[in-house]
Amino acid sequence: MTMYDYIVDIKDMHFARGERIIFDDVNIRIARGKITAVIGPSGTGKTTLLRLISGLLNVSAGKVCVNGQNVATMTRAQLILMRREMGMLFQSGALFTSISVFDNIAFPLREHTNLSEELIRYIVLMKLEAVGLRGAQKLMPRELSGGMARRVALARAMALDPQMILYDEPFAGQDPIAMGVLLKLIRALNDALGITSVVVSHDLHETLSIADYIYVIAGGKVIGEGTPDELQASEEPAVRQFLQGLPDGPVPFNYPAAPYADDLLAGD
Amino acid sequence: MLDFIQKLGRTALQFFEQLGQATLLLVAAVIGRPRFRLGSQLLIEQLYSVGVLSLAIIVCSGSFVGMVLGLQGYSTLVKFGADQAIGQLVALSLVRELGPVVGALLFAGRAGSALAAEIGLMKATEQLDGLQLMGIDPLRRVIAPRFWAGVISLPLLALIFNGVAIIGGYLVAVEWLNVDGGSFWSNMQSSVDFYDDVVNGIIKSVVFGFLVTWIAVYQGYSSVPTSEGIGNATTRTVVYSSLVILGADFVLTAVMFGGLA
Repeated sequence: MTMYDYIVDIKDMHFARGERIIFDDVNIRIARGKITAVIGPSGTGKTTLLRLISGLLNVSAGKVCVNGQNVATMTRAQLILMRREMGMLFQSGALFTSISVFDNIAFPLREHTNLSEELIRYIVLMKLEAVGLRGAQKLMPRELSGGMARRVALARAMALDPQMILYDEPFAGQDPIAMGVLLKLIRALNDALGITSVVVSHDLHETLSIADYIYVIAGGKVIGEGTPDELQASEEPAVRQFLQGLPDGPVPFNYPAAPYADDLLAGD
Repeated sequence: MLDFIQKLGRTALQFFEQLGQATLLLVAAVIGRPRFRLGSQLLIEQLYSVGVLSLAIIVCSGSFVGMVLGLQGYSTLVKFGADQAIGQLVALSLVRELGPVVGALLFAGRAGSALAAEIGLMKATEQLDGLQLMGIDPLRRVIAPRFWAGVISLPLLALIFNGVAIIGGYLVAVEWLNVDGGSFWSNMQSSVDFYDDVVNGIIKSVVFGFLVTWIAVYQGYSSVPTSEGIGNATTRTVVYSSLVILGADFVLTAVMFGGLA
């Protein structure tokens, strides 16, 4: 297989849920070996984007290619093969609540490889050590704090040594220490293992500090892209509004409504 | 009036759409190459949580139902001097109707709601997506073992229910109300037919187990992934299951005992 410079290539992509258009003509390319971030207000479909990349959802028009292959036309077997090369850190962690931390990380290994239990133990301990939770191997998911759960989930996402890890809101609801640890981990894993990282987030400062390249999406479109420095210097009003956190601007804060005065006078 | 007809049509269409989805779900979960080692391990885990954990409520309710049958039956039969027939009354009403039906209703409340809630929670916490992203089919992995566990458990639970209830009836009738023990058992023995009564009762509970578990796994799997959605899914599981059990019971009874077949 040839190596593409862009591991994910999204071209003219449309996606709609019923009547609601989530993405309208979106082009995003994710460079191999880099950390690419997608930021935007809540409810713009950032998580949906990750689901489209991993083939959990299919686009309405346009295409999503991973390693040069169109996700929509993949067979089931190809999809499974692609997903093995792809780790995903879900927002909720998505740890299996009925089995221990150790078994959670061993799960994909037991499922997809014929490795002996001894070897699986080594790999699981190695992954846990990498996220600093080797001591927590016997705990159940319910006994973990939010930050720890996310690190365990990260260890599980790495279990099969994927080419790419997708992070869904990795910083949401984390305390400052957990946040710092996660930032360091994402960077370290990306650089040490040579993997590609896609971070979807609305936590601006953290994302700016870690990403190599950033796409800003709002209203179903890419409204800005560039390196963190380029974005900071951007004159685009919508990008400025989002970076500075202003309520008024091209991206409306208020839900669409009739004029306030009309509503007040209407009685009813 | 037109509105009403429209609404009726829409509801009917939705119903058939859901029925279709539920059928597809079941087919996708159940049909496929079985993996015996992993499959049996998963099935045993589910047999424990669906079947064994429902034992307490089944045994407890069974003994009460049997005792009530004994009391009510005695008070009616004794007026006609037929209190010897109490064993027959208790056994026939249990193996034909009460065992399968009450057992299934209890099963829907205990195991069906738990299944729907568990699967709904797995969906809401993205565990099902997580499985899919690991290249594992959640239908085969999560739905199939739970479905089979339900179908296997309910007939066994209904038999246990019958056994316990008959003992309850015996205690009330013979030990408390002084019906003759020998005629209690011999009347029962001569009136209960193995094929017509016991086997038909078992067939009923297999059908109910199939329906209840199917409803439960479908409601859980198709639930809206929020706390409210999980609550709704569990409520719907119990309501739909109860209605379907009673409706199916009428049809089955008509076929088995009503001379339709």
